[in-house]
Amino acid sequence: MQSHILSMILFTPLVGAILLLFVPKDNKDAIRWIGNIFAALGLLVSIPLVPLFWAQRAEPGFKFLEGTANNWIPSIGAGYNLGIDGISFLLIMLTTLLGWVSILSSWTAIETRVKEYYIWFLVLQTGMLGVFMALDFFLFFVFWEAMLVPMYLLIGIWGGPRKLYAAIKFFLYTLFGSVLMLLGILFLYFNHHTLTGVYTFSIPELYKTAPQIPFHYAIWLFLAFFIGFAIKVPMFPFHTWLPDAHVEAPTAGSVILAGVLLKMGTYGMIRFLLPFFPGVAMDTRVRGWMIGLSIVGILYGALVSLMQKDMKKLVAYSSVSHLGFCTLGIFALSPLGLSGSVLQQVNHGISTGALFLIVGILYERRHTREISEYGGISNVMPVYATITMIMFLSSMGLPLLNGFVGEFTILQGAFMENWKWAAWSVPGVILAAAYLLWLYQRVFFGTVTNPKNEKLHDLTPREVLTFAPLVIMAFWIGLYPKPFFEILEQPVNQIVHTVRPNYPGLNGVVNASTQPTMPATEPEALIRAVPPAANAKGKK
Amino acid sequence: MTPNLHLWLIPVLPLVGAAINGFLGRRFSRQTVAAVALGFCGAAFAMAIAVATQFSSLPVVPHIETLAHWMRAGAFQADFAFYLDQLSFVMLLVVTGVGFLIHIYSVGYMWEEGGFYRFFSYLNLFMFFMLTLVLANNYLLMFIGWEGVGLASYLLIGFWFLKDSAASAGKKAFIVNRIGDFGFLIALFLLIQHFGSLTFAEVFQKIDAMNPETAGAGLLSTIGILLMVGAAGKSAQIPLYVWLPDAMEGPTPVSALIHAATMVTAGVYMVARSHVIFEHAPTALMVVAITGTLTALFAATIGIAQTDIKKVLAYSTVSQLGYMFIACGVGAFSAGIFHLMTHAFFKGLLFLAAGSVIHAIGGEQDMRKMGGLRTKIPWTFWTMTAGTFAIAGFPPLAGFFSKDEILWRAYQTNWIYWAIGVFTAFLTSFYMFRQWFLTFFGEYRGEADHAHGDQTRAGVPAPHGHGGIHESPAIMLVPLVILAVLSVAGGWVGASRFELFLSPVFYSHNSGHLIAPSSEEAAQMRQMESLESTLTMVSVAAAGLGLFLAWLLYYRRPKLPQQIAESLGGFYTAVLSKYYVDELYATLFVKPLVDGSTRILWHTIDQGVIDTTLDDTADSARDVSDTARRMQSGNIRSYAGWVAVGAAAVIAYMIWVGTR
Repeated sequence: MQSHILSMILFTPLVGAILLLFVPKDNKDAIRWIGNIFAALGLLVSIPLVPLFWAQRAEPGFKFLEGTANNWIPSIGAGYNLGIDGISFLLIMLTTLLGWVSILSSWTAIETRVKEYYIWFLVLQTGMLGVFMALDFFLFFVFWEAMLVPMYLLIGIWGGPRKLYAAIKFFLYTLFGSVLMLLGILFLYFNHHTLTGVYTFSIPELYKTAPQIPFHYAIWLFLAFFIGFAIKVPMFPFHTWLPDAHVEAPTAGSVILAGVLLKMGTYGMIRFLLPFFPGVAMDTRVRGWMIGLSIVGILYGALVSLMQKDMKKLVAYSSVSHLGFCTLGIFALSPLGLSGSVLQQVNHGISTGALFLIVGILYERRHTREISEYGGISNVMPVYATITMIMFLSSMGLPLLNGFVGEFTILQGAFMENWKWAAWSVPGVILAAAYLLWLYQRVFFGTVTNPKNEKLHDLTPREVLTFAPLVIMAFWIGLYPKPFFEILEQPVNQIVHTVRPNYPGLNGVVNASTQPTMPATEPEALIRAVPPAANAKGKK
Repeated sequence: MTPNLHLWLIPVLPLVGAAINGFLGRRFSRQTVAAVALGFCGAAFAMAIAVATQFSSLPVVPHIETLAHWMRAGAFQADFAFYLDQLSFVMLLVVTGVGFLIHIYSVGYMWEEGGFYRFFSYLNLFMFFMLTLVLANNYLLMFIGWEGVGLASYLLIGFWFLKDSAASAGKKAFIVNRIGDFGFLIALFLLIQHFGSLTFAEVFQKIDAMNPETAGAGLLSTIGILLMVGAAGKSAQIPLYVWLPDAMEGPTPVSALIHAATMVTAGVYMVARSHVIFEHAPTALMVVAITGTLTALFAATIGIAQTDIKKVLAYSTVSQLGYMFIACGVGAFSAGIFHLMTHAFFKGLLFLAAGSVIHAIGGEQDMRKMGGLRTKIPWTFWTMTAGTFAIAGFPPLAGFFSKDEILWRAYQTNWIYWAIGVFTAFLTSFYMFRQWFLTFFGEYRGEADHAHGDQTRAGVPAPHGHGGIHESPAIMLVPLVILAVLSVAGGWVGASRFELFLSPVFYSHNSGHLIAPSSEEAAQMRQMESLESTLTMVSVAAAGLGLFLAWLLYYRRPKLPQQIAESLGGFYTAVLSKYYVDELYATLFVKPLVDGSTRILWHTIDQGVIDTTLDDTADSARDVSDTARRMQSGNIRSYAGWVAVGAAAVIAYMIWVGTR
């Protein structure tokens, strides 16, 4: 018997979006209520997944499978095929939580074109969840692209003064990455046919054939996928769309963008890049470049963040730094590094999501994000100041809060591989304290110098409600991260095993199925079977 | 049967107090806030006393209690577990005892301040983290406390956040500490990598089985030096001491508790706790000893020129912490901890007494505006006198015993450590008595009428009922008196008995020290004893000389210091400006970082190179499209022309293929 819990989680937001189509657009409150109800519902239907998943956390492979391979468009071998492991489970829970939080935070922030806003937001939600659930590359790509459009519209319609520039930059950047990724997917698809005689987009099937691609082709495929994902993360030097997109996006858009969308890049790396091309990932030079870019991202993001005059840009650049830790963990290619990385992705969603909400609170009241416009805010908004302090501490990795657990695990994982990697990254932790505390001092400490700030009102109950789950999660992960590590143990070990079969002491790993079963084909025969587009890519 | 001491309650009790005051304190009266803060801190102290009564009957020391599992990643695991041995026992009593006294004092000192509940919430929070640090069973839990006390210190230094300098000082303290944490973290990674654990017992057991590193820098030396980097951040040693003097922006009880008695000694405690590592790494030990020696001397020279009563004490603290590191560096860990304890008494006392002085004369901290306060505030005077004689090292006060032990042990390792130590002792005595004379003797040099208390510092004018110089209330004097008694009598336990008590911690591994001496050794020891008493006389003489000079310059001939300062010229200015170290760091590190980030990274690379490339690519794509668009002119004749061109091209290609 198949359970349909994943489909329920996936389509609840979409049902809300469809329902909203029939609500008159002038009835703003009804639209808000329906949007919020479905966002909350989206979170509620995902909660039963927690105990269900927990019960089978140690079992190998994908769980809660739905559909079969090739059942959707049999002629091309595409299937509506869902399934999750510990990694996607955590990211799905993060998505449903942040989706609810950010829709709740939009109540008063969005006044124009309300109906479209909630519709697109709910569509976006489904798109993101689909990316984390899809076990079929065709389906994955549909969701991946489907989520691009609503985000583009969220920035382009409800954004700030330079919204068009930012939206188009975001769109083109990501589209460029997607195209490269599509070429890569097609190569894998035809390669699978060459080796097995079967056309399929099924990811578990492709896992079996992709690692057999010889190195000199695999490296180009790796790069195609890598650029697609690296733009999304974003890794240095593909990051310049991020500050613009964040600054112009509405608050809720930034929360989702930072909290979930960026994680698709890292998720893609873990789910595809490593198991498809283990040989390339373990290549010393490739790995060196990946780690190098991660470290540059960590330091670069932190340094540039330090000097920003716009609060939101500061937080945006800090994301570059934090995601650098995530990619560092991924390419440390050890259980510690990988599980730290996934946990840090969740942490970043919580902390930076909250940071964007925090900036949004002030922006909604004063309509400026210039740091110099503020000062002494803790005198007029003490509750807000306290919550901000907690989330800043979480973001800078103070022990007993979530950020520390993730960063420590990643750094330790990196250290075990090469001590220099960790040594170069630790200054990022120091700088995080510097830019956040300096920001805090300039915004919250001192006397109120700007008369416009004297009458600011403190958080409303609705706003406190948006922060509450994030604060609770920050403490939970900080105080008791053990369940999270347990959820991650099996999938992470599996991936490490795929990439480094000889890595010692891995539990819960399935051996037989991941090994190549087909004899390696002649590379030339392989290439001849590939259509011109992918071929050109392969030879580039 | 091992008794359950519920050690976890000791840190958690103050945390509960912090939470109650933090969340609800806004609505409480001051009395309630004080009662909650004192209640929970006092309860922790009471628990510590209860532990003390049971300590001797513990069947196994170290006594370990595990509360819960915390982190498990890969093979490595860290728990919420607590570790009680003689060393953490001493620290526990010092922290809860001195901490409780300072809590009591703070009630009086902060009574008229705004944010009363916030202050006590932070203070209790500090106690939680400090006790976690002291009682931790593993390095990672210790690191929680370590970072946590840094946070509490940040919040308390910046307590008067309306003032920009206070907010900046808090931030500086946190960031400089984080630089030290760099070393600590890397050391932890090394420990995990090589020993697979961060639990003290496990790590030390494995290291004990190793051979000491004879020379050069091996693994253990690296770990030791990295730990020392962390300790230098927290305990304000060269080159990371710069945050501590600035930290005096915080309320005075905070300076007493955090920046004198407890938090800043965490580095010493950590090094002593890690003594097994250091004993196996002579290079690291030497680094500790040299850092300590240089810091002790360096800070003392700055101390003699300071005019702010709290800044003198701040540099003095840096200098005294240097002594503790000398002790650790020469392997005399118990002497270092002994000095840590006596220092907590007399430096806590000195800060509280300085606070009482500041309180009495309305928030003035400049010693040039004090004088003649001896008769006006006698309780403060007499207690501060006890503290001053104690720190200067006059027998039979507490500081004499601990400092003498350190100097003696330093002499046995290398006479240079001793010589610099004695000279520093002379400087210490000089600047402390300079402060004593300037504050309490001569004529009162301040204004007759003044505002009151720290409110003026915070920039909030607060009306105050009673004008004039006045003695502090009893709630502030009682802690002063208790600490004065401890500063006098705290050393009477004697260095050797103290060492014997701590010996299970420090000598269980290499037990050579406690074997009964043979007759030949006994003769040697007698000789040593005579040498020791000679050296003791030298250091007491140095302290006496300091007292005499201070008396001469600041009591007998008060015009003289001015003339000396003038004759020294540039050197004096350099000392007065703290050797321009802050300015040096600003030029060397801060400014390049700021400028480089803005100009090179942000403007040039981000907006210049990457974005320009992108925008240009986009632009050229548009230009190409613009050109291509022209082909679709809607003009039939031009289309016909394009068809002709195309046909010609196809024919030419076919001919080329055909003739190849």
